Amino acid sequence: MPPPSKPLGDEFLKGLWKENPIFIQVLGMCPALAVTNSVVNALAMGLATCFVLVCSSFFVSSLRRFIPRPVRISTYIVIIATFVTLTDLVLAALVPDVHRALGAFIPLIVVNCLILGRQEAFASKNPVPRAVADAAGMGVGFAFALTCLGAIREILGAGTFLGVPLFGPHFEPWVIMLLPPGGFLSLGFLLLFFNALKQARDRRRAAAARGETA
Amino acid sequence: MGDLIWIFVAAMLVNNFTLAYFLGLCPFLGVSGRLDTALRLGLANIFVMVITSSCAWLLNTFVLPHAPYLRLIAFIIVVASTVQFVEMVIRKMSPALFRALGIFLPLITTNCAILGLALFQTNRGYDFLEGLVFALGAGGGLTLALVVMAGLREETRVLDIPKVVQGMALYMILAGILSMAFMGFAGLFSSGGS
Amino acid sequence: MSEAVHATPPSAAARPAPPREPSTLRLIATLGLAGFFSGLAIVGVHALTLPRIEQNRRERLERAILTVLPGSRSFAVFVERDGRLAPLDAEQAKQAGEPPIYAGFDAAGKLVGFALPGSEPGYQDAIHGIFGVDPARRLVVGFQVLESRETPGLGDRILAEEWIAPNFRALAIDPGIEAVAAGKKTAAHQVETITGATISSRAVVRMLQKALERWRAGIEAYAAGAERARRGE
Repeated sequence: MPPPSKPLGDEFLKGLWKENPIFIQVLGMCPALAVTNSVVNALAMGLATCFVLVCSSFFVSSLRRFIPRPVRISTYIVIIATFVTLTDLVLAALVPDVHRALGAFIPLIVVNCLILGRQEAFASKNPVPRAVADAAGMGVGFAFALTCLGAIREILGAGTFLGVPLFGPHFEPWVIMLLPPGGFLSLGFLLLFFNALKQARDRRRAAAARGETA
Repeated sequence: MGDLIWIFVAAMLVNNFTLAYFLGLCPFLGVSGRLDTALRLGLANIFVMVITSSCAWLLNTFVLPHAPYLRLIAFIIVVASTVQFVEMVIRKMSPALFRALGIFLPLITTNCAILGLALFQTNRGYDFLEGLVFALGAGGGLTLALVVMAGLREETRVLDIPKVVQGMALYMILAGILSMAFMGFAGLFSSGGS
Repeated sequence: MSEAVHATPPSAAARPAPPREPSTLRLIATLGLAGFFSGLAIVGVHALTLPRIEQNRRERLERAILTVLPGSRSFAVFVERDGRLAPLDAEQAKQAGEPPIYAGFDAAGKLVGFALPGSEPGYQDAIHGIFGVDPARRLVVGFQVLESRETPGLGDRILAEEWIAPNFRALAIDPGIEAVAAGKKTAAHQVETITGATISSRAVVRMLQKALERWRAGIEAYAAGAERARRGE
């Protein structure tokens, strides 16, 4: 039995920031970098991933007692692939424009390490409400991080946000941000920024601790 | 013939799977700490890619025309079971090869580059031979990226790098610069493309 | 998990086979069931969404055909049979394996031109597009991208009206389409490429060249035949 567990809200909240899939765990990079050259794409991809993650976690968690260990990964993949295909079909039917933009990347949600990772590490060991809360948190955190990346790349690379021009006509866009290197660089500098924040906080804590003992 | 060479070069350099399509980033960022490991992982990838490409072609030609909406699930099941099967065969046939590639094979199943290969091959309508050449090119490109990255990371170990930059942030920025360098290969397209 | 917990459920104690080693049959059954239900779900949703997806695709193609052939109100599907263009009805068009082209007609039923679809590898992935050709005036009269994944802000400028309007509204198909650098267009058969989207815009020109090469003879024969038939009456 797991130790007396945290409230459901905490399971949800940890994915948003403390264990954010992209900024902290650096998981699920392929879609994160490939589709974030505009905010709309990033948001759509984030929501699609979130949906697949929550549905898969729900099923894996409810079936966790029936899935024998040796075939668990294959079963998880079948479950995930089913939801990805469903998402793909539904998007194509309802929002064909978004589907055209994301086309090649929707199927790759299947191999997003984040989703399989959550099934193996969490959903297969926890009751349904907890698993769904965790998945929703991770999914929303993923979508949030994707949207951040998309916003940085679109604002710097095209001078627009959600397609609306932000700067005057004299703005020279940093085209590189829209290209593949821009994906690596924006995430690199974001991680750098978080590292710096963390270091500053650690230093402050250390200083505070010294102050108390002195 | 010219087309085949073109597919190979495009897949390996111009549209490098890792640096232009962001596929196979997990091993790229996670495992490529040592040069020889990176090389062997790359070779294992080429191996699986070639097999996957043939399987994808078989599925696309004989099975999926009847049920295209099952493509994704068929691909992923075939990739997973092929990798396991190949692992068993190698273990029986060539213990040396197994020691070289073996531990990486299960890792490869969940590598998006493999599924990406099968999907791209389908989208572009490659025939059997084109698919094989595409797989070789893509695998070669992946290996190249892994090896270059591993070399750079071995170097960074002996350098005095500020603590803030160390870790994932550094690798991302390195990857960004590599990716920029690989963009230069796009020039091959505009000059010789037509 | 403690030993006490293990011992309490009678079913677990009664069954000697430890749950750690499930039988092969059980493994196969699990995977089979998972596959069965997933197949069921996919086929179900596929059947539900298919009409809508097909309708989206058809509407988009129809809009594109009528856009690239200004003045057209309706269109018909044609394929090449024995070197000649042969019309297909909607049912046959669905089954046809060979690539079709589309003839557009104005409100009076007069031929406006042909819409030629094509595809060509761009910078990221294949670009699919469609061109409107007026065989009587020997001009390309329109172009639209049907599908592309070119980089936003760069390659996707091939979708922009600012490029399409000056280059593809009255482009002479004789003596042959030619790509020239931006700002260097001097003749009616030249297309300016886009700075910063050279690869994508060149791909569009190649797509047009190939489509013309493929269909030119058929289109011209058909248009000449239609003209003769009109004058004969």
